[in-house]
Amino acid sequence: MLRDEDRIFTNLYGFQDFGLEAARKRGDWDNTAAILQNGREWIIDNVKESGLRGRGGAGFSTGMKWSFMPKNVTDKPVYLVINADEGEPGTCKDRDILRHDPHKLIEGCLIAGFAIGASACYIYIRGEFYNESSNVQRAIDEAYAAGLIGKNACGTGYSYDVFIHRGAGAYICGEETALIESIEGKKGQPRNKPPFPAQAGLYSCPTTVNNVESIAVVPTILRRGAGWFAGLGRPKNTGTKLFCISGHVNKPCNVEEEMGIPLKELIERHAGGVRGGWDNLLAIIPGGSSVPVLTKEICDTVLMDFDSLRDVRSGLGTAAVIVMDKSTDIVKAIARLSSFYAHESCGQCTPCREGTGWMSRVMQRMVTGNARMEEIDLLLQVTKQVEGHTICALGDAAAWPIQGLFRHFRPEVERRIQAYRNAAPLAAE
Amino acid sequence: MPKLTIDGIEIEVEPGTSILQACEQLGIEIPRFCYHERLSVPANCRMCLVEMERAPKPVASCAMPCGDGMVVKTNSETVLKARKGVMEFLLINHPLDCPICDQGGECDLQDQAMAYGFDRGRYLENKRAVQDKYMGPVIKTIMTRCIHCTRCVRFINEVAGVPDVGAVYRGEHMEITTFVEKAIGSELSGNLADVCPVGALTHKPYAFTARPWELRKTETIDVLDAVGSNIRVDSRGAEVMRVLPRVNDDINEEWLSDKSRYAYDGLKRQRLDRPYVRKNGKLVAVSWADAFAAIADKVKGVAGNRVAAISGDLADVEAQFALKELMGRLGSTNLDCRQDGARFDTSVRAGYLFNSGIAGIEKADVILLVGTNPRWEGTLVNARIRKRYLAGQVKIALIGEQKDLTYPYAHIGTGPETLQQLTDGSHPFSETLRNAKNPLMIVGMGAFQRADGLAVQAAARITGEVYGMFRDDWSGFNVLHTAAGRVGGIETGFLPGPGGRDLHGILDGASKGEIDVVYLLGADEIDTAKLGKAFVVYQGHHGDAGAHRADVILPGAAYTEKNAVYVNTEGRPQLARLAAFPPGEAREDWKILRALSEALGATLPFDTQTQLRQRLIAANPIFAAVGQMTPATWSPFGAQGPVDSAPFVSPITNFYMTDPISRASVTMANCVEALVGPAQERTGTHG
Amino acid sequence: MSAPASDHGHEPTSFAFTQENLELAKRIIAKYPEGKQASACMPLLDVAQRQNGGWLPRVAMDAVADLLGMPRIRVYEVATFYTMYNKNPVGKHHIQVCTTTPCWLRGSDDIVHACKKKLGVGLGETTADGQFTLGEVECSGACVNAPVVQIGDDYYEDVAPEHIDGLIEAIKRGEKPKAGSQIGRQSSEPLGGPTTLAAFTTQADD
Repeated sequence: MLRDEDRIFTNLYGFQDFGLEAARKRGDWDNTAAILQNGREWIIDNVKESGLRGRGGAGFSTGMKWSFMPKNVTDKPVYLVINADEGEPGTCKDRDILRHDPHKLIEGCLIAGFAIGASACYIYIRGEFYNESSNVQRAIDEAYAAGLIGKNACGTGYSYDVFIHRGAGAYICGEETALIESIEGKKGQPRNKPPFPAQAGLYSCPTTVNNVESIAVVPTILRRGAGWFAGLGRPKNTGTKLFCISGHVNKPCNVEEEMGIPLKELIERHAGGVRGGWDNLLAIIPGGSSVPVLTKEICDTVLMDFDSLRDVRSGLGTAAVIVMDKSTDIVKAIARLSSFYAHESCGQCTPCREGTGWMSRVMQRMVTGNARMEEIDLLLQVTKQVEGHTICALGDAAAWPIQGLFRHFRPEVERRIQAYRNAAPLAAE
Repeated sequence: MPKLTIDGIEIEVEPGTSILQACEQLGIEIPRFCYHERLSVPANCRMCLVEMERAPKPVASCAMPCGDGMVVKTNSETVLKARKGVMEFLLINHPLDCPICDQGGECDLQDQAMAYGFDRGRYLENKRAVQDKYMGPVIKTIMTRCIHCTRCVRFINEVAGVPDVGAVYRGEHMEITTFVEKAIGSELSGNLADVCPVGALTHKPYAFTARPWELRKTETIDVLDAVGSNIRVDSRGAEVMRVLPRVNDDINEEWLSDKSRYAYDGLKRQRLDRPYVRKNGKLVAVSWADAFAAIADKVKGVAGNRVAAISGDLADVEAQFALKELMGRLGSTNLDCRQDGARFDTSVRAGYLFNSGIAGIEKADVILLVGTNPRWEGTLVNARIRKRYLAGQVKIALIGEQKDLTYPYAHIGTGPETLQQLTDGSHPFSETLRNAKNPLMIVGMGAFQRADGLAVQAAARITGEVYGMFRDDWSGFNVLHTAAGRVGGIETGFLPGPGGRDLHGILDGASKGEIDVVYLLGADEIDTAKLGKAFVVYQGHHGDAGAHRADVILPGAAYTEKNAVYVNTEGRPQLARLAAFPPGEAREDWKILRALSEALGATLPFDTQTQLRQRLIAANPIFAAVGQMTPATWSPFGAQGPVDSAPFVSPITNFYMTDPISRASVTMANCVEALVGPAQERTGTHG
Repeated sequence: MSAPASDHGHEPTSFAFTQENLELAKRIIAKYPEGKQASACMPLLDVAQRQNGGWLPRVAMDAVADLLGMPRIRVYEVATFYTMYNKNPVGKHHIQVCTTTPCWLRGSDDIVHACKKKLGVGLGETTADGQFTLGEVECSGACVNAPVVQIGDDYYEDVAPEHIDGLIEAIKRGEKPKAGSQIGRQSSEPLGGPTTLAAFTTQADD
C-alpha cells in the first residue's frame, strides 16, 4: 500500500481548510519560483521522466503533450485549458481536488502554463459543481492577492492569468475540442483534427488541454523529483492515482493509491470490500462508464493501471471503479449507460447521433427480453458501425460498454429473451 | 506539393487539398452529404470515410488534408462497410417518403442509398418525427427528412451572411430551425433548398408541381437584375415550372437570388398575349395587321424629331438594335435606354462597366461603395463582396445610404462631396485607399440618378485615378447597373443621337406637345403621366404601367420565351434561350420590329436573327465575344462640374418588385409581405 | 422535443438585466480577450437564469445576444444544447435526482420514487404551489457518495429514501438543510473514517 508520505492529495477529504494558508502548510506554493527558474525545458523533461500519463482517461504522456506545443510563439497568445468537466459516470475525483485542494491545481496551472509558454489559463468546471468552482475562485483570488499568479507571478517576472469558465450541463464538453468550443461560447461540439489544439485551439491559438489531476500532481512531482514518481507503480504506469470506488461496496470512497494496485486489494483495503463479500461480486467497470465491464474472474487478479486493463480488453479510463454485486441487473446497468450516451451525444456525427439512440432503445428492450435473438448480433453490428466512425470518442464510449456486456454476459441476455418469448410467445413476434 | 497514393494511383496535389478533392481530381467518386465545396467543412455526416494507412480508424476525406506519402484506399471492405453503416444510420429516422417528396429523383440520399443502402430496414423502433419549421415564403420544410448535415446553417451564415438559421438541441433531438420561426431575412434563401441534399428544405412555389424527369431543361440567363446570373429554366409545355442556378464562377458561382429564382410565376400573370389598339379610350384586341396599320396611320407624316423611343429594363439587345435602326429610318435620334433617368457618360466603356469583373472583387483589398446598396441592386455582387470579406484582410467603406449589407463596413459619407474629400486627401479614409494594392470602387445608380450624375461620374473617376484604380494590371472602377437591358442598350447605341433628346428631353417634349409619338420597348418605370398627349406604342410582355398608357400594344416575349442577347453589368454578352413559346399571339421582339418596319415602309435589312446579329457585331465587335468580357480601355469620362451635396439614394426601394415580371408574381408579393413589410398604400382592390 | 418556440404560456415579453447584473456581466466579459466576448455567452445565460427565477425565457436569451453582439440564433443554440439552462419555468426549488448507473446501483430509483410520492409530481413536473420542480439528471459526478440529489446549487449525498421527507419538509419551512453526506461522512472518505492520511484528519498545525 502507498505510504501516506507518498500521497500527493493530503487534503483529499477536506478535513483541513482549502485556503492558501492551510495549503502552504501542506507544502503547496513552496518556492514555486525556484521550479519556474529551472526553465521550460527542465519542467517538460522532468514531467516526461516522471512517466506521468494524462489522468483524464486517454492516458497520453503529459510531458509529451506539452512538448508538442509550438515554441517561440510571438504573434498570438498561448493557452492552457484545464478540463474540470468531470462527468464520466463513476468519476468524482477532480471534484475533491477542486473543492479541497484547489491550490495544488492552481500551482500546477502556473507551472504547466509556464512550461508551454501560456499567458493565461482557463479552468473549465462543469456547471453543476457550483460550490466547487466557488472554492477554486476563492483560491484563485488568494493566489492573485499573494502575488503567486497574475503580473510577475511568484516574483519571476512571468505574467499569468487564471480564469474559471463554468459549463452548463453537457458531458461532451469533457472532450477537449468540445470544451474549447464551449469556452468560445458555442455548443460543445467536438472539432475535427487536424488541426490539433496545439496548433489551433482556443481562439485558434496554440492550446494544451489537461485534466485537473494531471496538472495538480505536477508541483509535487517537480518538488520530489521525477524519479520519485517514476519509482511508484509499474513501468509506463507510474505514480499515484486517485481512484473512485462506487457501487456495491461497503464503503464507497475516493482514495489515492499507487498505480498498478490490484483491483481486489483496492476495494478490500479502502472500500470495505464488496457488499456480501468478494464472492458476491458480479462484475466491475474499472475505469468509468466508457470502458468495457470485467467479470469477477478477471477482477480477481487484474492490476489497476493503463496497460494491465488494456490487456484484458478494458481500460483504466478515469480509474472510476463501478462495482456490481450479484444482485445487479447487469443488463439494466449497461442499458442505463446506453441511455446516458444517447442523452449526451452532441448530435453532429451521423453514427453517434443516430446510433446512440438506436443502441439505447434496443438495450432497453433487452432488459426485459423483449427482443429477437438475432437482435443481439444486430446490436453488436450497430456498435461496430458507430465505433471509430465519429469525430470524437463518444461514439466509441457508447459502443464499448455494450460490447463488454455481450462479451461476458451474453448468455444472460439470451436467457431473458427466451424467457420473454416463453411468457408471451405472440408478443415476442 | 504533397504526393500521395490513392487506390494505388500516385497523385501530386496543391498543399491544402483534401483527400476528397484529390479523389475528385482522379475521378474517384466519394459520397458525401455535409461537404459542399463552397462552404466550410464540418465533417459530420461521415459518409466520405476512407481508409488511410497508419490511421487507426477511417478518416473523413473531406476534412483530411493530403500529406506526403499518404496511402489512401477508397474502395476497401472497411470503407464500404463504414459507408453502409453511415447510410443505414441516416435512413433509420428518415421517413422514406420519396413518392411524395419533391426532392425525389434528384436526391443525394436517394442516389447514394442505391449504392450503399440495405434492401430492408433493420431498425425496429419508432422513427423520429420532427415538427416543420416556418422559414418564410419560399422555403418549404419537412424537417423529419432532415439528415442534419448543417449545409443550410453554414450557407446562411457564411454565404448569405444572415445568421437566421441554426441547429438547436442536441443528439438525436437536434433540429434545424430559424430563430423563433421567422422568415429568413436573406435574398439568397432559395439556395437553402439547393444545398439541402434531401427533401427537408424544398422550394415552396414548386411544391407538388412537377417531377424532375418530366421537365425540359433550358440553359439560359437571368434578366431580373444586371448581374446576368446563369440559370436553368425547367419547363413543362409552355409553362416555366422552376428556375435554378447554373454554375458560372465568374458571375453567380452557383447561387441565385430569390427574385431571379422565384419571380417566374409572374410570367403567367398579366401577360399581353395579343395586340391591342385604343379605340374611344378603350383598348380593343385587334390583329397584328390592324395594330401595325394604326401605328402607320399615326406615324405617317410625323417629323422624325417628333418621334421618340425608350427601352426598358428587360429589353434584349436585338430588339433595342432593331428599334434603334427603325428610329433611324424614321429620322429620329430621340432614343434612350436609361428609363430610370440616370445621367452618365456613355462615350467611354470604362465609365459605365463593372470593369474588374464580379470575380475581380476577390482580388480587391479595399472596396469603396458609392451610392449603391449592392445587396438589393446586385445580390450576387454583394455575395461576392461578402465572400471577399470572409477571406479577410479587406477594408470596405460606403458612401450613401446605410443599409445592412451582411458584412461590416465603414460609413464614410453620404454624398458626392465625400468623393472630393477622398480625392484631395482630406478624408481620413484616404489613407486606407492610398495604402491599398487593389482598390476597388463600385458606383451604383444612386450616384447617377440625379441632375449632377455626369459630375458625380467625373468625381468618381478622378478619385479612381488618384488611387490607382485604372492601371494596366488592375481595373478597379466599377459601375453596378440594376437593369439587364441597360448595358446592352448602351452597347447597341440606344442613346440620344446627334441633336436627339434623352429620357428627360423626351418626357419633357411629350408633355409640352413637342413629341407626337413615343415608342416604349418594355419601358414601365417611367413617369407615364409625363407622356402628355403623345401617341404611345408599347411593345412588351406584361400589362404594366407602359401598357396602361399605350395607344397600341404589341405583345412581345419575356426572357424565357426568346433567343436573345443580354449584356450584364460587366459588359459580358450572354445568350438567353427560348424555354417556352410566348403566349397567344405574342412574338419575339426583334421579329415584331422587323414586321412593323415593313408596315411603316422602312423595312429593316435583316430577315433572320443571324443576319441581325451579324449587323450587330459589325456595329460593335463586343457582341462577337459571347460569354466574354471585352476589356474597356480607359480615357477620361464624365463631366467635371459642381456637385449637389444631397445624399445618394439607392434606386431600389423594394427588392422583390423591380420589373413587370416580379410585380406580377404572387411569390414576390408574399416575400414583400413577409420581408419588406406590408404595402404602405393599399388600394380599394385589396381585400 | 417540441418546437423551439416556447409554448408553455409563461413567456414574458421583456427582460432586462438588473444594474447589478450588468456590472457582473461586464466583469465576466472582461475575463475573455477582446473581441471574444461570445465566450461570456454561457456565464451570462446563467446570470440571466438566476435573475429570472431559475429559467430562461427567450427574451432573456435575446438580451444576452444583444449584449454580446451575437446573432440571436447562436445564443439559442447554446441555451438549448446545455441541460442546465431551463427553457421552461421551474419551481423555487429545483430537485434533480441523479439516476445514472452508479447512483442507480445504490438505489436512485427509490429516491425518485420517494420524491414523487412526497411532492405528488412526476419527473419534469412542478408542484401546484410552484415551490418544487422534480427532475432527473445524468451523472452528477459524486458517484462515491451515491445516490445524489441536487437541490439548487447544493449536492445532497448518500441519500436514502427516508431522508427525502425531512429534506423537503425543512425546505418548506424555509430552512436550508445541510448539504453533503446525509449519513455523516466527511465528503468522499470511506464510511467510518479514512483508511489513509490519518495525520490529515485534523486542521493543519504550524
